[in-house]
Amino acid sequence: MKRLAKVLNKGHIGMVGVVFLAAAGWSAAWAQDDMQAAMGDMNMDGTSTVHGPASASPAVRDPHAYADGYDFGPIPRPHFADERSFTSLLMDRLEWVHTSDANSTAYDLQAWYGRDYNHAVIKAEGDVDSGKLQEARTELLWGHAVASFWDMQLGMRYDSGVDPGRGWLTFGFQGTAPYWFEIDAAAYVRNSGHSALRVSADYELLFTQRLILQPRFEANLYGKEDAARALGAGLSDLTVGMRLRYEIRREFAPYVGIEWVGQFGGTADYARAAGYPAKETRYVAGLRFWF
Amino acid sequence: MKIEEQGSSVVEGESGLSRRRFLQGLSAGGALLGAAGWIQPTWARQDSTLTKGGTAQVLSGTEFNLTIAETPVNFTGAPRMATTVNDSLPAPTLRWREDDTVTIRVTNRMNRSTSIHWHGMLVPYQMDGVPGISYTGIAPGETFTYRFKVRQSGTYWYHSHTGFQEQTGLYGSIIIEPRGGDRHHVDRDHIVQLSDWTDEDPWTVFAKLKKDADYYNFIRPTVGDFIHDVSTEGLSSAIAKRRMWNRMRMNPSDLADISGYTYTYLMNGATPAGNWTGLFAAGERVRLRFINSATQSFFDIRIPGLSLSVVQTDGQNVEPVSVDEFRIGPGETYDVLVVPKDDAYTILAQSMDRSGYARGTLATHAGLTAEVPALDPPQWLSMVDMMGAMAQGGAMAGMGHGGQKMSGGMAMNAAPARHAATEYGPSVDMRVDYPRSNLDDPGVGLRNNGRRVLTYADLHTVGGPLDRREGEREIELHLTGNMERYTWSLDGLEFGQSTPVHFRAGERLRIILVNDTMMIHPMHLHGMWQELQSPEGHFQVRKHTISVQPAQRVTILVSADALGRWAWHCHLLYHMMAGMFREVVVA
Repeated sequence: MKRLAKVLNKGHIGMVGVVFLAAAGWSAAWAQDDMQAAMGDMNMDGTSTVHGPASASPAVRDPHAYADGYDFGPIPRPHFADERSFTSLLMDRLEWVHTSDANSTAYDLQAWYGRDYNHAVIKAEGDVDSGKLQEARTELLWGHAVASFWDMQLGMRYDSGVDPGRGWLTFGFQGTAPYWFEIDAAAYVRNSGHSALRVSADYELLFTQRLILQPRFEANLYGKEDAARALGAGLSDLTVGMRLRYEIRREFAPYVGIEWVGQFGGTADYARAAGYPAKETRYVAGLRFWF
Repeated sequence: MKIEEQGSSVVEGESGLSRRRFLQGLSAGGALLGAAGWIQPTWARQDSTLTKGGTAQVLSGTEFNLTIAETPVNFTGAPRMATTVNDSLPAPTLRWREDDTVTIRVTNRMNRSTSIHWHGMLVPYQMDGVPGISYTGIAPGETFTYRFKVRQSGTYWYHSHTGFQEQTGLYGSIIIEPRGGDRHHVDRDHIVQLSDWTDEDPWTVFAKLKKDADYYNFIRPTVGDFIHDVSTEGLSSAIAKRRMWNRMRMNPSDLADISGYTYTYLMNGATPAGNWTGLFAAGERVRLRFINSATQSFFDIRIPGLSLSVVQTDGQNVEPVSVDEFRIGPGETYDVLVVPKDDAYTILAQSMDRSGYARGTLATHAGLTAEVPALDPPQWLSMVDMMGAMAQGGAMAGMGHGGQKMSGGMAMNAAPARHAATEYGPSVDMRVDYPRSNLDDPGVGLRNNGRRVLTYADLHTVGGPLDRREGEREIELHLTGNMERYTWSLDGLEFGQSTPVHFRAGERLRIILVNDTMMIHPMHLHGMWQELQSPEGHFQVRKHTISVQPAQRVTILVSADALGRWAWHCHLLYHMMAGMFREVVVA
């Protein structure tokens, strides 16, 4: 991990960009093709090509050809839910965090408003300690469905807290990877040539229909050092945790969990200089709810 | 009359269902019954044998007045408002006679628009009752007069085609006496109308599915299932069983979008505890007219101890076939003859995902009950449901070269699907390149269950097709969706993105439906019969609603003899409301 951090330390915006575009391209291609690939794989007798992409493209139909030029009649046509907007708010984590030397509160929510394939999205994550917002990331995005399981997200991010604020442009993907990994990955740039990359993944393991273990992973990388926010260049932090929740209702689930957080490179140096440990274990207890 | 102890009918704690749900809500239909004056036709007197709960009034003749209103009901212990006709849930049974011209005045006493569609009836399109296609609907306070000649006979039904009013109670049955007398003499005639009820606002249900498509699914694979499979089948088998599904992000337990977690399943408007009872005298031949008026639930129906002779589907007589069990999709009807000998039999209608059931009793006296069997365990979808023909018959060599003999002895034509260009986007999460076309699969949950289960391959409409022409032109339409986004469409296009489908007046059309999803979709075409073909291309059965199984391809012949504009849609109401709907123009 140190080696990776070192390599990434040398990187600048271009580096992060290349990594991200490669990742984005890979996931988009994956999204398009993994169904076909998966179907092909089905036949364990080696005949996977039967179902391959070759059979998919040549004979595509034009679904509007059946209209023969006819349109809807004089009576205003029906409107169904595909032309209706919905609203959702998911508080994925609202938790009390205990570490060896401090207690704090953390939140992580995502809200959306819109139709099936286009949403306005708000993401907000932060820590509150002693009644004061320590560190927060808030994003306002346009989410557009680009593949069966993937949305592209474009918009703005604002980092706030005790340190000086930072505004970013966001370009990201959110969706479900094969084997049900929920992925949220975004690249960020701001005018001073700074860049950032954030990737998170989580998974759900059902012990019962209501008792669910959710392992979670998150990494943040920065293209350049930002001393004012005590961030080094390269891999800044990694979080690996798991939360065990009980869905009293689908929308309402208390949980407990444990999380390991490590800071790396320059960010770790800043932490140590300020008298904080670069690595720590957190115990969390909280609520997951949505409506 | 005293009802016997019904403790045996109570399933406790299964699939999140509470004892309370089964024990309460006994009386809604019955309590409503006295509210309106009703006509008891002499020739329908044999029907008045119901004991408690869910008795719809029977109206007969040629002139009808129906009033749609909101009426309080209580099925679960919590009072709710239902959408009713003449204060009745189910709505009144209408008895018509073939060749009569009927006039039905429908008055809207609600503060929102409504409609009534005559499901399966061949009527002029202006009388078909679909807002936005046939007419503008029936506005608050307005009376709309339907008038049409009854050109057919058999068991049909009617329901609202507006919003979620079908979910909130607006459905009733139609029985049409054939002009030449009934093909089967029976001593008793009972309607068995099945439905699903939720205390939730249907829009709330829909919104929940948009946010969490598995919201109502409490049979998802768990770690415990995996450990169980490892211990019984070995690790590699347990992994193999899950690998495909997980890789494709598909859920093998996705049998029903909405389950008994919120649904109370009703039989003639009575809850399982309400135990609708149809009477008979020993030795009598009884006709049971099963109608699935549920919005989102398939039912698997059996009457333990009785052989079911299926004589009609969707109002069309079929060559009688004896089975132990049959599956009925929303919109479909089946007439069944039974000759009960004992005092009491349970009519069990399990929901397809086994999260609950509707239940009633056939008995010689009110108050008698028979044992209610335990629910069958839910089964996972199989590879056939995902892969179609690719999963049938083992070796794939030669696939794509047309017909081949399958391992089960079925001759199967593995025709490749022709996907629409619009299926390659976010609206579609699965495409089947080589769908299966056999009709002899009873479907998930009924395969190899030790009982004789009806399939479409068993159904042969008496008298053959109405039109002997072969299909002159072909239209292929794919049933599509994205389960995680909870979007449902045809050819990957929701209704809002679609254009009408043109049928040329007078043509005999071959329609190919390919199900590119892992759910069964009951496809209903308004105004014209759908004549289902066998895989070999012979006439099979005439229906108004055809349930297309996952990864299945069916061929349907339609005579475009009904000028006008018609609806064509999935009869799972929540799928229709998501946009799995087309307008058809016959011109």
